[in-house]
Amino acid sequence: MIRASEISIVQSSRAAWIAGLVGLLLLLALLAAPYWAGRADMRLLSEIYLYLALACLWNILAGYAGLVSVGQHAYVGLGGYMLFALAMFGGINPLVAIPLAGLIGGVASMLVAVLIFRLSGAYFAIGTWVVAETFRLSFAQVSALGGGSGTSLPAGIVTAIGDGRDGREAIIYWGSLGIAVLVLAAIFLLLRSRQGPALKAIRDNELAARSLGIDIWRSKFIIYVGASTLTAMVGAAIFLQKLRISPDAAFSVNDWTAFVIFIVVIGGIGTLEGPIIGTIVFFLLRETLADLGPSYQLILGLVAIVVMLRAPQGLWGFVRSHYRIELFPLTPRAIDSQSKKDI
Amino acid sequence: MEWVNAVIQGILLGGLYALFAAGLSLIFGVMRLVNIAHGDLIVLAAYIALTIATTLGLNPFLALLIVIPVMAGLGYGLQRMVLNQTLGDDILPPLLVTFGLSIIIQNGLLVLYTADPQKLSAGPIEVASLTIAPNLTLGVLPILMFAVAVAVIAGLQWVFYRSALGRAFRAVSDNQDVAQLMGLNKAHIFGLAMALSLAVVGIAGVFLGIRTSFDPTIGSGRLIFGFEAVIIGGLGNLWGTLAGGVILGVAQAIGAQINPGWQVLAGHIVFLVVLAIRPRGLFPRIEQ
Repeated sequence: MIRASEISIVQSSRAAWIAGLVGLLLLLALLAAPYWAGRADMRLLSEIYLYLALACLWNILAGYAGLVSVGQHAYVGLGGYMLFALAMFGGINPLVAIPLAGLIGGVASMLVAVLIFRLSGAYFAIGTWVVAETFRLSFAQVSALGGGSGTSLPAGIVTAIGDGRDGREAIIYWGSLGIAVLVLAAIFLLLRSRQGPALKAIRDNELAARSLGIDIWRSKFIIYVGASTLTAMVGAAIFLQKLRISPDAAFSVNDWTAFVIFIVVIGGIGTLEGPIIGTIVFFLLRETLADLGPSYQLILGLVAIVVMLRAPQGLWGFVRSHYRIELFPLTPRAIDSQSKKDI
Repeated sequence: MEWVNAVIQGILLGGLYALFAAGLSLIFGVMRLVNIAHGDLIVLAAYIALTIATTLGLNPFLALLIVIPVMAGLGYGLQRMVLNQTLGDDILPPLLVTFGLSIIIQNGLLVLYTADPQKLSAGPIEVASLTIAPNLTLGVLPILMFAVAVAVIAGLQWVFYRSALGRAFRAVSDNQDVAQLMGLNKAHIFGLAMALSLAVVGIAGVFLGIRTSFDPTIGSGRLIFGFEAVIIGGLGNLWGTLAGGVILGVAQAIGAQINPGWQVLAGHIVFLVVLAIRPRGLFPRIEQ
């Protein structure tokens, strides 16, 4: 017989402490990449960080808030275009323009949410896609930003970012890493806050969550706007690295939605670890198979369907069901106050 | 007169959009499934028609005799083997599986047929026209397309509300478990619903291919047009879907008349406006 006073609830675990330590060391090594990595490696790493951020953000929408969007490329593109517009017409330093582009994306997402939250479930999904298409076609009409064929960031703006090509690339690299860390930290803190359990309740059963007094619309609205703000920041960073933007590249459903969904599904939807594993798997596949062209995407589609049908919890779900391990301390466990052992 | 002409062309184009939408509307009604691969299946049907027309030297309209059963069979198989496994309370699996399917079809077509635009050639009917008034000439093909759309909607309406199959559709739509207890095989009924949906997709694909050139990447655009027609018309109302298609077609025609770049954009804006003022569509029938 255990009395309640002998039980305490904890979220941390030894695995989480180790993961945190390894993560910190890894972060330090990655911060120093401009001193040890080549130019091509740094580009690849930046791309990995930005995809990781997109995947985590899509995961929080679909895996936690039940907002299955297939239109987040709307905010990637909007963020990219806002960066170009602010830098070219506002004379704002591109690094400062990244958070501003995020804010603009956030404001836009509030207006969008009011409209498309009227659609539910799968219709919501396609509604988000219509919004992204509307953005794409609208930006194709803006001749100051190059219309349908797009535009490049003027050389004067690019050189103002940093000293020399190496300095510039290092700054853009740190920017991408910073955004990925910001996104991961924001999501971790969100899930540790009061909103975290509320979100999990909504994910598991909306009706039950509402009966517990959770304001579903408000929770979803906050998540949607927050995720879209950060997605727009990621978009701005993506196109700062590319230095060129066009409507088709900025609002590409393939690049910014299909691949992102693939990453999350493969890694494990509804977990914080899933998108990290998925990103690693995705880039391993891409670096080995991308030469196959369309066949490569065909394989990705097949893998995603098989995973969804046979192992809907993804790779991380598979690991966790066998080893009961967690790298981010988010699941409350009951332990004995004295012995500190699981009950 | 230019404007009258644009509006009439838009109405007729709306028939094609209703064809895109009808299959989508049908399967949503029966099993609450939204098929993201719907547009890519329309394009697939156009490519099947192209292959039949070129290898057998058939007119695309005759090719329909093969395309429709092939698509229906594909739909039944797809539903029984893949999609039935995804149905349940969670909306994520069907959405993500059909999204994966969309990517597979699109890239599969790219591998087989390359990205070159193709077109189905239907012969003299493509340029035939009727002069209605001195300044108003209508193409025979758009009129035929619209008439077929009306016939397809009427046919689906009849199946849904007058036939034994339709009774089964409505039964599983109302309550799957009770329908199962009454001796209906849910998996089979869903298979038949998808077969019917893809039969309509076959017709839509052939008309798409005759009307404009197509390539493997245009599927998602067709899905979006169909989806907009369904939402504008109101969920669960097939005649509403036709009306939604017509409204979308007219919006696009008027947009194109103002500025060619605004054609598709104008359709999206009308959709968003409808969503803002009548979120359940103009003629809703079922509860969401």
